[in-house]
Amino acid sequence: MTFDLGFIAQHLPEVIEAAGTTLMIWAAGAFCGLALGFLVALGRRYGPAPLAVLLGVIVELLRGTPFLVQLFLLYFGGPFIGLSLDPIPAGVLGLTCYAAAYYSEILRAGFDGVPAGHVEAAACVGFSGWQTIRRIILPEMAVLVMPALVNMTILLLKETAVLSIITVPELTMVTSAIGSESYAFVEALFLLALFYWVMVEICGHLGRFAELRLARTGLVAR
Amino acid sequence: MIAAVSVTGLVKRFGQAEVLRGIDLEVPAGRVTCLIGPSGSGKSTLLRCLAFLEEATEGAILIGGEPLGFAVTPDGRRTRLPSGRIRAVRSQIGMVFQHFNLWPHMTALGNVSEALKTVRRLGRSEADDRAMAQLRKVGLQNRANLYPSQLSGGQQQRVAIARALALEPKIMLFDEPTSSLDPELTGEVLNVMRALAADGMTMVVVSHEIGFAASVGHQIAFLDHGQLLLRGTPQEVFRKPRHARLDQFLDTYLDRGAAMLL
Ligand SMILES: Nc1ncnc2c1ncn2[C@@H]1O[C@H](COP(=O)(O)OP(=O)(O)OP(=O)(O)O)[C@@H](O)[C@H]1O
Ligand SMILES: [Mg+2]
Repeated sequence: MTFDLGFIAQHLPEVIEAAGTTLMIWAAGAFCGLALGFLVALGRRYGPAPLAVLLGVIVELLRGTPFLVQLFLLYFGGPFIGLSLDPIPAGVLGLTCYAAAYYSEILRAGFDGVPAGHVEAAACVGFSGWQTIRRIILPEMAVLVMPALVNMTILLLKETAVLSIITVPELTMVTSAIGSESYAFVEALFLLALFYWVMVEICGHLGRFAELRLARTGLVAR
Repeated sequence: MIAAVSVTGLVKRFGQAEVLRGIDLEVPAGRVTCLIGPSGSGKSTLLRCLAFLEEATEGAILIGGEPLGFAVTPDGRRTRLPSGRIRAVRSQIGMVFQHFNLWPHMTALGNVSEALKTVRRLGRSEADDRAMAQLRKVGLQNRANLYPSQLSGGQQQRVAIARALALEPKIMLFDEPTSSLDPELTGEVLNVMRALAADGMTMVVVSHEIGFAASVGHQIAFLDHGQLLLRGTPQEVFRKPRHARLDQFLDTYLDRGAAMLL
C-alpha cells in the first residue's frame, strides 16, 4: 500500500466546491450565531425576568446535548412540527443555534465585565441605552471576550464536519466519499485534516491580530 | 428665586432598609452645598437620587423648578415622566464619581468629546475644540491624547470633571471626588473645584474633606442615619456648642482642615 495523493487531482472541482460549502456554512453559522447570541445575551442581561429565564433554559439545553443529536432532531424531527428543511438550510440553522448558545454565554460574561460605574457615567452625560451599548459596553468588553470568541469560532469550523450526517455536501462528506471510491481513504482524511488545520491557523492569527489592535487602544494596560 | 435643586420628603428604601428617611433640602443656585456625615449615612444615595442613578421611593426632586423623573399628581400619586422629559431635566446635571469612571478605551480628549459627538451630535472638529477648551480649564491640554491608564489619579479625576463640564450642566454633583486619591493629589482636584465654585457653578459635594467644606461651602448639610440633622452656613453648623452627633463625627475626622475648627 502506498501513500499517494495524486487521486485528488481528478476530483479537484468537487473538492473545491465542497470546501466552499464548508466555509460558507461556517461563516453563516458564525455570523448569524454571533448576532443571535448577542441578542440572547442582551435579553438575559437586560430583559424582563421571564424572558431571561426562558433564554437561560434554551441555552442550557443547547449546551447540554450533543450537536449531532440536535441536528438529527432538527432534520428528522423538524417535519413533525412542519419544519421541513433541505440539508444545507437545516445545517446552517442548527449550527447557528448551537453557536448562539455558546456565544451568548461568552458575551454575557463580557457584559458583566464592564464596570457598572462606566455605564452610569454614560447615563450621566445623556447616552441612551443603545448608545451606551455601542460606544461603551461593546468596545470595553471586546478585549475581554475576543480570545473566547475566536476559540469558539474555531470549534465551530470543526463542528461543520458533523453536518455530513444529514447529507450536507460539505468537505468531510465529499472527501471521505472520494477517498473510499479511490481506495485512498487515509490520504483523503489526511488532506481533510490539513485543510481544517490551515483554516484554524488562519482564524487564530486573525484573532490574535484583532487582540493586538484592541490592546493598542490602551485598554489592556490597566 | 427658584432653588437650583429642591428636595422634599425624599425617602429611599433598598428592600426593607430605609436609607433615606424623609430628606428636605434646598440647593441655592450659584452656591456650594457640602454633604457631610458618617459612612453609611446615605450621602451617596442622596446624590445618586439627584443624578437619577437611583430612583427615590417617595418624595420629589425639582431641578430648576422642573420635576426629575416623577411628577406628583394633585392627589399625591407619583407618575413616571416620559424618558425624553427625564433626559432633558437630567442634562442639566453633571456628575463626578469617587472612582472617576473614565472610559478606558478612549483618550482624555475622547472621554470629554464623546458625549458632544454622540449625544449633542456636534461635528468632530467642533466637539474636539470644545473638549480641548474644557481640558485646558482643568490644566490638562497637554495630556489630551493619553489614555486613562496613562494618567495619575488626580489627572483622571480632572478629566472626569472636564467630561461633565463639557455638556454645560447647571449643577455639578461630586461624590467624594478625592477619596480614592493619594493625599498629594487631592490638592489639584480641590483647586479645580474651588475655581469652579468661584465661577458661580452650583455644586453639591459629598466630601470627607471637612476643611474644604468649611472654607468653600456656602451651605453645610449633615446627614446621619438617612436624616438631615443639621443644615446651615459653615459658621452656623460648626459653631460651638455643636450638635452632639456632629461633634462625635468630627472627632473621627481630625484631618488638618478639621483640626482648626475644634
Ligand atoms: N444598591 C444598594 N442596595 C442595598 N443597600 C444599599 C445600596 N446602596 C446603598 N445601600 C445602603 O445604604 C446605606 C447608605 O449608603 P451610602 O452609600 O449612601 O452611604 P454613604 O453615606 O455614601 O457612605 P460612605 O461615606 O461610606 O460612602 C448603606 O447602609 C448601604 O449599605
Ligand atoms: Mg458614599
